This record gives sequence, C-alpha cells and structure tokens, in this order.
Amino acid sequence: MVAYKDIIKRIRSRWMEGSGAQADIVISSRVRLARNLQGIPFPHLADKQTAQEVINKVKEAIDTSVKKEFPTIQLTALSEIDRLQKQILFEKHLISSQLLEQDEKAAVALDEEEISVMVNEEDHLRIQCLLPALQLHEAWRKADMVDNSLERKLDYGFNEQFGYVTACPTNVGTGMRASVMLHLPGLVMTKRAGNVLSALSKFGLVVRGLYGEGTEALGNLFQVSNQITMGRNEEEIINNLSNVTQKIVDQEREARQVLKKELGTQLEDKLWRAYGTLRYARIMDTQQALSLLSQVRLGVDMKIIKGIDPRIMTELMIMIQPGCLQYIMGQEMNPNMRDVYRAHLLRERIKIENA
Amino acid sequence: MYCQQCNQRPATVYITKIINGEKSEMHLCQECATKMQETSGFGWDPHFSMNLLSSFFEEAESALNLARNFPKTDRCETCGLTYSSFRQSGKLGCSDCYNTFMAQLSPVIRQIHGSEKHTGKIPERGGEQLHIKKKIEQLKDKMQEMVQREEFEKAAEVRDEIRRLEGKLK
Repeated sequence: MVAYKDIIKRIRSRWMEGSGAQADIVISSRVRLARNLQGIPFPHLADKQTAQEVINKVKEAIDTSVKKEFPTIQLTALSEIDRLQKQILFEKHLISSQLLEQDEKAAVALDEEEISVMVNEEDHLRIQCLLPALQLHEAWRKADMVDNSLERKLDYGFNEQFGYVTACPTNVGTGMRASVMLHLPGLVMTKRAGNVLSALSKFGLVVRGLYGEGTEALGNLFQVSNQITMGRNEEEIINNLSNVTQKIVDQEREARQVLKKELGTQLEDKLWRAYGTLRYARIMDTQQALSLLSQVRLGVDMKIIKGIDPRIMTELMIMIQPGCLQYIMGQEMNPNMRDVYRAHLLRERIKIENA
Repeated sequence: MYCQQCNQRPATVYITKIINGEKSEMHLCQECATKMQETSGFGWDPHFSMNLLSSFFEEAESALNLARNFPKTDRCETCGLTYSSFRQSGKLGCSDCYNTFMAQLSPVIRQIHGSEKHTGKIPERGGEQLHIKKKIEQLKDKMQEMVQREEFEKAAEVRDEIRRLEGKLK
C-alpha cells in the first residue's frame, strides 16, 4: 500500500510532459466518468461501513480485472495518505477537493498518473484519464477501457431510459465530463477571451478556472468542458469538444500574431520583464507566479524568449502550489515562508540554458 | 458530502475564503453556514444557492402540474430518500431512486440536459436486453430503407432477424 509514495517521489506527472498536438496551447485533456453501484446508497447517504464495502468491492475489481490492462494501478484508502501528499494529488489534478473532504470514507486508485479512480467522491466511482496536449479521443479510449474492466466485476447502476445513474442529475446519462485545459494569454491580452469563451455555451460547453468549478482563471488558464451528459453519446461529446477546442486554438494563434504586429517591442519588453521578475524576485505568491509564468511561456512559445524548455513552464505551474512546494522543501511552511521559497525555486528552475 | 462543521447534515453551501492570499474552501450545511455567517459577519446569502435549485424544480413541476399529481412524501425503498429531501439537497440517494422518482425526475432532467433519453454507452453485463433493443431499432430502420428501395426479399430476411431478436426479449 505504498504505491502513492513512489508516485509522489516523482512529483512530475505524465500529463505535464507536454508533448502532442497543440501542446503549446492545450495543456491537458481529461475524460472523467461517473459510475455507481446498483442498490447501494450514494456516498452522501452512506455510513462508514457501507462506504468501506464499496471500497472493498472496487479494490477487488481493480486487483482482479483492471490490473490486467493497467498493471501499475493500485488502490489506497485516503486515510492512509498523509495530509501533504493528499494536497499534492489534488494540485496535480489527480483527486478532487471533494474527495479530500471525504477523507474517512474515500479511496483512490492510481496508475502511472494517467488513470485515477476516485472511490466515494460524489459518486461511488469517478474514473479519470488525464493526458497532455489535445488527446481527448485517447483519454476517452483509456477511461472506457478502465470502465469496461471495472464493469466485469461490479454491478453498475444503469437505468434503461436515463443511462448511468449519478448522485446529481446534472451528471446522469453518459456520466461523462470531458475537458481541456487551455493557455490563452493572447486572447486575454487582446481582450477577446470574454467574447470567445462566452460563445461556448452555444455549443453546450462551459468554462472554469484552473482547479475546476468555482475557481478563478489564474495564469490565463481556462478549463473548457461539456455541460450536458444526456442526449449525446460519448463520441459526439468528445468530437464536439475537440472541434471547438481546435477553433479556440486557431483564435489564440491569431491573437498572438496580432499582439506581435501591434505591440512589437512593447510585447517583447513585457515578456522579458516577466522573465526578469521570475529570475530575480525574492518573494512571490502563487497568483503572481502563475501570471508571470504565463507571460514567460507566451514568450517561449512565440520564440521571443529562447533557451527555456516549455515543459518546465507546465511543471512549474504545479510545483509552485502550496502542497508541492512544501513537499519539495521537505517541511511544512507558513504562507510567508512559502512565498520566499517559491521565489527561490522559480529562480533556480527558470534559468536560460546554453545561453 | 456531509457538512464539515457538524458532520451530520449534507453540505449544501460552498464557501471560498481568501485571507492574506491563502485560499480555503468549506462545504457546510445550511444551518452551520448561517451560524458562521452570524459569528463572522460574512456578507453573503446562504439561501442563494438553495433558492436557485428550488426555482429549478418549481419551474419543471409547474410546467407539468407535478406538484399536484405526485405526493412529495414518496420514499425510495432502497435508501429511504424522500422526494422532498432530494429537492432540498439536489442529490438522489441510490440507483433505485431513478425508478422510484422517474415521473418527477423526467422534467427536471429535461430542464438540465434538454433531453431525457440516454443515447450513449450501455454496460455489457446487465445491459444485454438493452443491446438487443438497440439492435432491433437499427434493424427496423434498415428494413424501412429496404422497403423503400423495393428490396422486399432482403427486407423479409431482416424482418425474420428482428422476430428472432424479439423472441429473446423478456
């Protein structure tokens, strides 16, 4: 039961590797499936014993079925993971904030960080596949595989008319939420983001911030996902989101060209100043760090700033979060200490190589 | 999810606090949220999210006069959830609730999704009957096309296949 430790040692996640289609704008692709067991109260009504029964059933299914296709997957009770490490899993988008709060009743199964199966979140099962760049079809294929292997051992709650049942009727049907994380500094700087993103509702899509529902869009990062889960099948939902994402990517590229043309040296100045601040500042809070990282990343992507691996930028977005930061430092720190250490980490990591 | 404060009632209110740049999040039940508001003087209305949800139901219900036709004391035999507690929390209690409250749920689901018919994946196990039904629907479409093209012999073959499949249904 120490699989999570190995994972956290390698604090990098596979989804941060950042290679693949449109990787400069589409940071990651995610597919999440909500599933429930037949005839067992949903987590919000389940007592501790019932919750444990669900965990046992899922563990059995993971060990006897899912492992055949995903050999490294391992289920761990949340109560066996320490506080800081749970925080890191959350910052890396491998578990949700809601799972964190279910502590005593929840568990999570992780493989090499592409797959995570949350047990007793809002639903009995939340199967997630998280991949770098624009790979929604691949994410769906893998999540579907995990779903199929779990289903061989578990009796899912399925309603002939309504489809896969879920605790909240907003997820019923396919139970699928597909999303992409987009880095859109061009659209934000040209003040087009509002227009582009508000048009998404016409396509049945919603926009959220970096850490999902109710969070802000820090560092010009936006999460776009399907709103409805019924009346369209999984392929249609994925195709729709993929196509719209491609259009947003085109708009972002266009906006970057406009910036280059209209601002010229002013743009270069702004982006290099962001680099200078990251390179030399001594105190840095999360919000400012994300905003500066976004600008430097834009500079790297537009080939204005050379010699920095763009993957470091994705990685740093996560590493500067409070949990990861404290893990890297090896001790708990208060917010002021974190700001100092964050600035230190950024100075170390953001050096231009082979200059 | 239960309220983080009392661990007894379901959490229905979600609070984000930012103090000195430190963000903290809380899930509370309405009672604890109200208490917290009184003691800390948060300038926010705990009834807001509830009202939003209730109005959703009321709209769906009034559209079909459901409030009159269905007694709200209906109780799910498997998990004990009542319709009125569903209305309050916005969450169903178990898979069987979808059968128990099907009539009341249909309009709510239509409001949310613009549809009340699942057209996606069907589980392999337990879904055999549904797979057959789906296949029959596809074959019927195929038969229609054949009839229109006046390929009656082929259509007859498809009809026999449909009958065979229909025999497999309960």
